[in-house]
Amino acid sequence: MAERPEDLNLPNAVITRIIKEALPDGVNVSKEARRAISQAASVFVLYATSCANNFAMKAKRKTLNAGDVMSAMEEMEFERFLQPLREALEAYKKGQKGKKEASEQKRKDKEKKNSTDENDKSRDEEEDEHMDDEQEGENEGEEEDVEN
Amino acid sequence: MEEKVATNSKNVSLPMSRVRLIMKSSPDVSCINQDALFLTTKATELFVQHLALSSYKNGSGKDTNTLSYSNLANAAEETETFQFLTDILPKKILARDYLKSLEEMEKDDDNL
Repeated sequence: MAERPEDLNLPNAVITRIIKEALPDGVNVSKEARRAISQAASVFVLYATSCANNFAMKAKRKTLNAGDVMSAMEEMEFERFLQPLREALEAYKKGQKGKKEASEQKRKDKEKKNSTDENDKSRDEEEDEHMDDEQEGENEGEEEDVEN
Repeated sequence: MEEKVATNSKNVSLPMSRVRLIMKSSPDVSCINQDALFLTTKATELFVQHLALSSYKNGSGKDTNTLSYSNLANAAEETETFQFLTDILPKKILARDYLKSLEEMEKDDDNL
């Protein structure tokens, strides 16, 4: 449960950015309008949750799942969101899986590096460079995940 | 066009922890799985874009390049999918208009 009422607000900076991205360049959004959209977003979350929860209860489940949220969107007549949501969920799942694979790959690289330490110097340097490149790529991917 | 950009980006920018908190404030909800939380967060982003863009498009703000509160209140009243917002997006009226309508209502009552 939320301790303070402001815990139930969404961060204004993020909401403002999303609004700006949706509108054509150069459109001003009044402060009042921004606050109202932010409140509307919180109400949307509650409305969607309550709809989704009805579907879960009907199926005698205690846990809300992806299907419940999708059914809720249909019931709320936001069918236009279904396709983008499906795509986003797929990418999200892939990202979660990729994160796991990336950390496994890193471990393997480490092991490989240790085993090549014994080899002659010139070849060692080449491989090190190569591996550094790979690790940089992985780190970028991780940073993206962390943001969310 | 702009809507598409945000739709294609695979991740969400709203904090999922905060969305979870809002969802959990609903008394009947016990557990939310990770996919459901992600979808709700993403849907909220799509909703914010949709509300902003359609209020702006249908509003008078196009001339002034501004999205105002009254654009949103109009959208809540006129668009069926935004009807659930009418409580938090009431139309603003002037106090003297309100008093006038109050007086008229009283007159009607007297006539009955």
